[in-house]
This record gives sequence, structure tokens and C-alpha cells, in this order.
Amino acid sequence: MLELLRQPWPWYTSGAVIAFVMVLLLFFGKSFGFSSNLRTICSACGAGKHVKFFDFNWKSQIWNLLFLVGAIIGGFISAEFLSNGEAVQVSQATVQDLQQLGISKPEGIQPAEIFSLEALFTVRGFLVLLLGGFMIGFGSRYAGGCTSGHAISGLSNLQWPSLVAVVGFFIGGLITTFILLPLIF
Amino acid sequence: MKSLKFILAGILFGIVMSKSEAISWFRIQEMFRFQSFHMYGIIGTAVVLGTLATFLIKKYKIRDYQGNPIVFTPKEKSVPRYLIGGTIFGLGWALTGACPGPMFVNLGFQYWAILVAIIGGLLGTYLYGVLRDRLPH
Repeated sequence: MLELLRQPWPWYTSGAVIAFVMVLLLFFGKSFGFSSNLRTICSACGAGKHVKFFDFNWKSQIWNLLFLVGAIIGGFISAEFLSNGEAVQVSQATVQDLQQLGISKPEGIQPAEIFSLEALFTVRGFLVLLLGGFMIGFGSRYAGGCTSGHAISGLSNLQWPSLVAVVGFFIGGLITTFILLPLIF
Repeated sequence: MKSLKFILAGILFGIVMSKSEAISWFRIQEMFRFQSFHMYGIIGTAVVLGTLATFLIKKYKIRDYQGNPIVFTPKEKSVPRYLIGGTIFGLGWALTGACPGPMFVNLGFQYWAILVAIIGGLLGTYLYGVLRDRLPH
């Protein structure tokens, strides 16, 4: 059993569990949306004193921060107990495309060229993560949600604004993939 | 117990996101290069089952565990904010290979470099709050 759990899980288990988590949160009287935690953390750090957008009762969102803490613990459990340490089996075409950019084939879950501490302590490596994160934070709040809020919760509720947001996610993602990454790497 | 259920739901989310490799930069690249069905399968399954569940909840007026009606708030009808905001989000998503949830799962996975992306995410959120009234919505 544990051996089975240690292998990578197929996409349909993941999709089903994500839908289950969404329904579970609805049953708890909440709604599934991860990026609002970033706003909550800003408020909890006192940003509401200077900026109206953060002046709300952030304590009502503590449940979502607890969900965030759970997500960190879940990642820890996977890494420590449910991992067989094998590399991600991405398609050969992706491996080849990325090698042309100078990103070596997967040895774990993340590329050393971006996630190793050596890469982090270079200007390029630091800026890729900082600016990438910055655009995720800015964009998700501007669009009123991220992958969980729009692509999962919003689309499940047949909200066309969420479809527009998801189209935007892909426009941005394709620009980075085919224009920015070849310039950066 | 009141708080524990949210932590447990988060743990389940964190485990499944890492075990299905949705937290991997490589998988996100594979998705944006249209070279595998994997990520589309994850999102597609979640949306199909989520749509079915949402439909059933509305149809049978299912209530939450406290007996309150489950309400779905419609999104504001606007195009610029979703298109511009979404595009900016996508630029960052493909760069770091992580959206807000997986960022924190990666932290648990002990990819410490992701802390920089999380700090970036907080700074970006803060700047949005500052500029909000001046942006087209």
C-alpha cells in the first residue's frame, strides 16, 4: 500500500481529490480560493492601516490560513513519507525543449537551475522567483482569484468571468513560455 | 476541532498536489507547451466533477454542516480585470511554475527558494491594493 502511495499519482486521482476538497470547503460554509490568503496575510501584518483594500476583518479568514498551513504540512508529509525520490516523468518533447534553454532534465520535482540555493543566490535566479511571485500576487488579486478560485471554483459554477480569467492565465503563460524564457535562459 | 478540519483539508490538498506533481515547474512547462495531457487531466477532472457537485448542491438546495444554505456568489461582469489580471498572473505562473497553492506546498516540500516567490506574491498583492483605484476594472 505504502509503495503504491509513494509512486506519482495519476491525474484523475488528483482532479477528483481537488473537486472533493472544493465540496468539503463548501460543506464547511466556505469557498475554495487560495490566493486571497496573500491579501489576508498583508492585512494581518498591518497593511490595513495604510491601504483601504487591506482594511477588513482578516480574522474572518483565519480558516483559509489554516488551510494554507495544512497545505504546507501536506507538502512536508509527501516529501518525507510518500516520496520515492524519482524524477518527474515529463514528456520527452518537454525535456528536449527545456534542454535547449539550458535546463537539464528532471532529477527531482523542480529544476536546479531555478530552485537550487546556488541558483537563488544569482541575480537571475533571485529575480525569476521574486518577479514571478510578484506577478502571481498582483495578477491574482487584480483578476480576483487564481487557479483554485477561477479555474476550479469559478468554472464549476459556470461563471464566464472565470473563463476570461483562465484565458488570461494562458495568454500570460504562453508569453512567458515562448517569449520570456528563451530571453532569460 | 473547529480549526482542525481546515488543516486536514489543507493537508489532503497539499499531498495530492505534490503526489500528482502539479507543484512541479516541469509539469507547468509541459502544460504550456501542450506536450502532455497530465495537467489538463487534473484541471479537467476537477472542473467536471466540481460542476456536477455544484449543480447537485443547487438543485437539491444542500445545506452546509451548520444548516445554512450553500451560496455561490456570482462574479462581477467585467472583462478588463479578468483579462489583464489573468494575463499578469499567467506570466508569473509559467515563470515560477507555481500558483499560490503549490507555492506553499513547495515550501512544505522543502524547496526553500520558493520563499522568495512567496515574498514576491505578498509584495505584488500589496502593490495591487495600493494601485487598485487607479486600475481599469
